[in-house]
Amino acid sequence: MLDKFLFGAYPYLALAIFLIGSWVRFDHEQYSWKADSTQFLSKSGMRLASNFFHIGILAIFFGHAVGLLTPHSVFLSLGVSDMSHQWMAIIAGSVFGGMALIGGLILWLRRMFNPRVKAAGRGRDLFILTWIMLTLLLGLSTIPVSLSHAEHGDAGAMLALAEWVQSMIYFRPDPSLLAGVSPVYKMHITAALTMFLFFPFTRLVHIWSAPIGYLGRAYQIVREKKRTA
Amino acid sequence: MKIRAQFAMVFNLDKCIGCHTCSVTCKNVWTNRKGVEYAWFNNVESKPGIGYPRDWENQKKWNGGWIVEMGKLKLRSGSRTSRLANIFLNPDLPEVDDYYEPFTFDYGHLQKAPLSEAAPTARPISQITGERMEKIHWGPNWEDDLAGEFSKRSQDQNFKDIEKSIYKAFENTFHMYLPRICNHCLNPACIAACPSGSIYKREEDGIVLVDQDKCRGWRMCISSCPYKKVFYNWESGKAEKCIGCYPRVESGMPTVCSESCVGRIRSNGIMLYDADKIEALASVKNEQDIYDAHLSIFLDPNDPKVIAEAREQGIPDNWIKAAQESPIYKMAVEWQIAFPMHPEFRTLPMVWYVPPLSPVQSQIDQGNLPTAPDGCLPISTALRMPLKYLANLLTAGKVEPVMKALNRMIAMRSYQRSIHVDGKPDTRALDAVGMTEQQAQDMYQLIAIANYEDRFVIPTSQAELNIEDFHGFQGQNGFGFGNAASAGSQGWSLFPERRKQTVENLDPPVEAAE
Repeated sequence: MLDKFLFGAYPYLALAIFLIGSWVRFDHEQYSWKADSTQFLSKSGMRLASNFFHIGILAIFFGHAVGLLTPHSVFLSLGVSDMSHQWMAIIAGSVFGGMALIGGLILWLRRMFNPRVKAAGRGRDLFILTWIMLTLLLGLSTIPVSLSHAEHGDAGAMLALAEWVQSMIYFRPDPSLLAGVSPVYKMHITAALTMFLFFPFTRLVHIWSAPIGYLGRAYQIVREKKRTA
Repeated sequence: MKIRAQFAMVFNLDKCIGCHTCSVTCKNVWTNRKGVEYAWFNNVESKPGIGYPRDWENQKKWNGGWIVEMGKLKLRSGSRTSRLANIFLNPDLPEVDDYYEPFTFDYGHLQKAPLSEAAPTARPISQITGERMEKIHWGPNWEDDLAGEFSKRSQDQNFKDIEKSIYKAFENTFHMYLPRICNHCLNPACIAACPSGSIYKREEDGIVLVDQDKCRGWRMCISSCPYKKVFYNWESGKAEKCIGCYPRVESGMPTVCSESCVGRIRSNGIMLYDADKIEALASVKNEQDIYDAHLSIFLDPNDPKVIAEAREQGIPDNWIKAAQESPIYKMAVEWQIAFPMHPEFRTLPMVWYVPPLSPVQSQIDQGNLPTAPDGCLPISTALRMPLKYLANLLTAGKVEPVMKALNRMIAMRSYQRSIHVDGKPDTRALDAVGMTEQQAQDMYQLIAIANYEDRFVIPTSQAELNIEDFHGFQGQNGFGFGNAASAGSQGWSLFPERRKQTVENLDPPVEAAE
């Protein structure tokens, strides 16, 4: 029953709040929409920590997206066998997960113990960072399980997870696909979905504003007030 | 030709007495809020000195402003791509300690201290953490009136190419004040560096503003401004800067810092310029030619062709008239006694400076120094302050324009002295610097008498030309999720608090934990 809710309905709930919440906040609270950096208050250690954390997390995000959303047949037609797929996922996950872990840990310690950052930060900042770290740790603890699968040449869990994600995307939710996978994966999925649920209520919204458009923009911006019509 | 009007200023350093009234009035109006206690949109530095924030002029350290690479203008901090690559951590960003850790004092203790033998003291408290600070190490104006050791002060970048050790000796010491605000540049580096495109220049008066709703706090503007006049509000996570007191300027009033200046050193006025030339002129190869290039961007507001074209492009008549009477135009273009600060940063700043005279009067009186023909006034090469220092500050090291300006200011004095002391005008000094009697009279009016109406020639904004249709505002602030209509609403919100409130917080003085 719980599985049915968590892997049948909860993903839709979390993603709906993620999308609609972000939209409402962007519409009504743009002043609160920002990266909220504390680099200005204390720079030491931030170069490594911030870069590791951000690059690690982004790589993991896109890794998940490509690995889970690409249909199985595409992988096969590209000549990527299930086992090599699984090994790539394990290796990339360990490397970038490790980076995010190191960076995130420094950021978390800084937020806990640097008096300036502590004073300027909000409870929500610490909370969401802690939640991300929890999700990350759960994600990293799936690696030993995946390794033992891989050593036995068993890609079943990975394929089940991908198939489940795709069943959600096509609005044909099938929680039973996850019946056989280890509870670690399920906990990781639940924590990650909850992270999306928290997303619009925290500083994470700055991710939406990744300023890619800057690359093609003219340097100078002049705003006209005069009536143009 | 694209004609634009620019709200511009001249600061007459010859008359600045370093009283900091400008800084204090500005702070009281704009930055007396949490998060920007450390920020001074207007500050007054004692020169020589490293300034605020520390060593701001050293672009090798901060990578602010522009450079020209293979004939093309480029931000010193790198390409657009490199800025995005550094977005997780801006390597050039100053830390709050580069300004100073903002502090208040435990005033409450003075009232509440129990009876004791020694008088109670108010100890410093950090305005960031609220904790007691053992010692204050730096402040917004730590070097005031040449405080501190010469070895530290002389790290000043303007000592470039100067044998500075001789100025260490007490008899050779020199000193000037340098009030600084945002320069509302024609080619602003802060706008160019902003990844979210939140900083913009206003078309109608050239004032540079940060759109607070659009700012995402990527903090590239902070380091890219070579004058370090964009500040990071560590409380709101947004960039803030001098807003040119635009609500005042729009209604024809001078900025707060200008209005309150007791030395009457500040002039506000309008300049017309050709916006099509900005990029070409900011990228002239030789640093020492940028001042001349900058001068050539301005348009003569009395030229009938310029007037016709300006009207054609929609510049209101009262703005053209203000440009014709502009004190800025007189000092910068006609008399050429005012200069942009650090033109080599290539942002084409629009706050210009009249260099200070520094006569060593006692030595002149004793006949130890050469003088102008009148036997009383100094000559520009025998002043206390090295010309090269002023030139490094104002003309990228080119001495001639600064010397010419000082000579003209001296000539005006010489001419006025002949009238007031000898009773008959002596134009020898004027002839030597190529000035007419009328110009000398006008200069005297503007920089010596400095009447309010002469210093401030500010046209009111043409509200009727604004795009904002005020009827359209009707009904915008009714029911909704947001609280756009209120300035200080404390209502509960689903999202993190906005921290936009400007309503003054009337908390009692902070007390340190005992």
